[in-house]
Amino acid sequence: MFSNDRWTEIVEALNANRMRTTLTAFGVFWGIAILVLLLALTNGLRKGVSSSELANFATNSMFMWTQGTSMPYKGLPRRRRFNYKIDDVAALKSQFPELKYVSPRNQLGGYQGANNVIRGMKTGAFQVNGDYPEFIKQKPMDILQGRFLSYSDINENRKICVIGPDVVKSLYDRNEDIIGSYIKINGVNFLVVGTFKISNSQGDSEEEANTIFIPFTTFNQAFNYGDIVGWMAITAKDETSITELKEGIFSLMRRRHTIHPEDKRAIGHYDLAAEFERFNGLFDILTIVGYFVGALVLMSGIIGISNIMLIVVKERTKEIGVRRAVGATPFTIKAQILQESLILTILSGMAGISFAAGVIWILNYILDLQGPVENFANPSVSMTVVFAALIILVGSGLLAGLIPANSATKMKPVDALRIE
Amino acid sequence: MGSNSLHVLKGINFNVEEGEMVSIMGSSGSGKSTLLNILGILDEADSGSYTLDGVPIKNLNEKLAAKYRNEFLGFVFQSFNLVNYKSALDNVALPLYYKGLKRRERMDLALHYLDKVGLADWSHHLPSELSGGQKQRVAVARALVTDPKVLLADEPTGALDSTTSYEVMELIQSINDEGKTILIVTHETDISNMTKRIVNLKDGVIIDDNSVEQVRIKQHV
Repeated sequence: MFSNDRWTEIVEALNANRMRTTLTAFGVFWGIAILVLLLALTNGLRKGVSSSELANFATNSMFMWTQGTSMPYKGLPRRRRFNYKIDDVAALKSQFPELKYVSPRNQLGGYQGANNVIRGMKTGAFQVNGDYPEFIKQKPMDILQGRFLSYSDINENRKICVIGPDVVKSLYDRNEDIIGSYIKINGVNFLVVGTFKISNSQGDSEEEANTIFIPFTTFNQAFNYGDIVGWMAITAKDETSITELKEGIFSLMRRRHTIHPEDKRAIGHYDLAAEFERFNGLFDILTIVGYFVGALVLMSGIIGISNIMLIVVKERTKEIGVRRAVGATPFTIKAQILQESLILTILSGMAGISFAAGVIWILNYILDLQGPVENFANPSVSMTVVFAALIILVGSGLLAGLIPANSATKMKPVDALRIE
Repeated sequence: MGSNSLHVLKGINFNVEEGEMVSIMGSSGSGKSTLLNILGILDEADSGSYTLDGVPIKNLNEKLAAKYRNEFLGFVFQSFNLVNYKSALDNVALPLYYKGLKRRERMDLALHYLDKVGLADWSHHLPSELSGGQKQRVAVARALVTDPKVLLADEPTGALDSTTSYEVMELIQSINDEGKTILIVTHETDISNMTKRIVNLKDGVIIDDNSVEQVRIKQHV
């Protein structure tokens, strides 16, 4: 269909009125550029927000704690307090092989609480977490010096700790060796084996910087927690959603702690996956809005092309008459008009996509120079979007040419030739 | 066209043999252009029959009509009707494009016919860079390029001064000398006298149809 001659014909026809061709093409250029830019900005917003709000914890996770029963059950009263035990963790792992990590956690003191840590003449109030080594996989953090907790620490109840940047700031002078020094938590000496920093965190950063991690078993032994587990951070494997698993987990916990099966309030939880879903849904809608608005802008460009092709056809009525007199069939005329509009649309669309790509590149360049901006990161579009845009272009190019192409051959050649 | 039908031609019966050069005369409104359009398959008669080289022309679809126009007929118009953004050569080659010839063959043939009308040196000029007579000669080359059976000319000299008119007529005469059948619509007596047969139309009927002594044009330089 696109022989060399066709190309020549089309290029000649489009070149015949270059200014008008350019102006017409600008409509589609602008439309597709806006479509791509809108999608890229939506994407940047999505990435920015998710990296700052949620991506700092494994998304297929939930936290689970106890809140006291709300129903009497098997002779036990309501408002009974209960605690998870360390063997709940093993039970969960064996009952739910779909779970990736089950991290029991305990917590002592707290951010902005009373002073609980001493080193030499310096004191500070920090949050002390008893954790398992898996925790770093659920909440990614950068180890700046030394190491994180290990299973040997757990098994041997080692009194070691990993401390956050603000702990370092308040307990150490500059240039002091941190690794290998001791700090006293609630009267117990701990060897510092590592320092961490949580990147990409927002809001909680101060609290997180004031955190000390110690092995879970050491925590329970040193601070007399026995086998109590304060709360758990549970992550499911990628192929199963934690939201689907959680009801089963709750029932198991209710059975193990003699809680009424209907007692929803006994177990508190926060489902990160569901939050993430909701939040993803929001951005899906934003993407749809982007497509919608972009497509509407593009449509006005396409109407412009259609319009101008109609005028072109009208202007060339006589030429079309001549072409038919020398043997052009209506089909070849239609095909040429269609192809002219198609080429015009695709060329201007490609230019629009390239322009948008340039703008995105500049945006990214500025973002790189400026450093991270809140809730916005790396605006970009995937190849899928580019292909979608191309398909929209081809479709709209055909659409734009259809009416003019039909009107081009509606007139009888004898009437077309009579036009002056 | 239009709701009120107007019978322009009211019973025309005539034959043109191969190799004839016929002029159709008549005042405006006599139906001579309509007759030519019907002969050129640009228009269709409401009734009656038309046979072109043994092929009945009746109820053609557009595709077939386009094919016949391309292969059997060559048109020359009063206002030249060249495609203004194409060079003389491309204009001549246009019918061959629709015939489906390869570019190389098209260009060779088109150049041959341009040469024949004496415009080989002007092949890359746009119509706007040519004089009226040159344009009409390009149009004649375009009409001849598919080697049609009949050349139909609608007031071919209508937009030209008499010197140029004679040049174009001389060209048309020389084409006729090679055996091509030619029909010319004109209202100028001196032009019709250069043909071999004059058909006079008035109000849609033939009032006379005579062979005439052809006036040959002297060689102009």
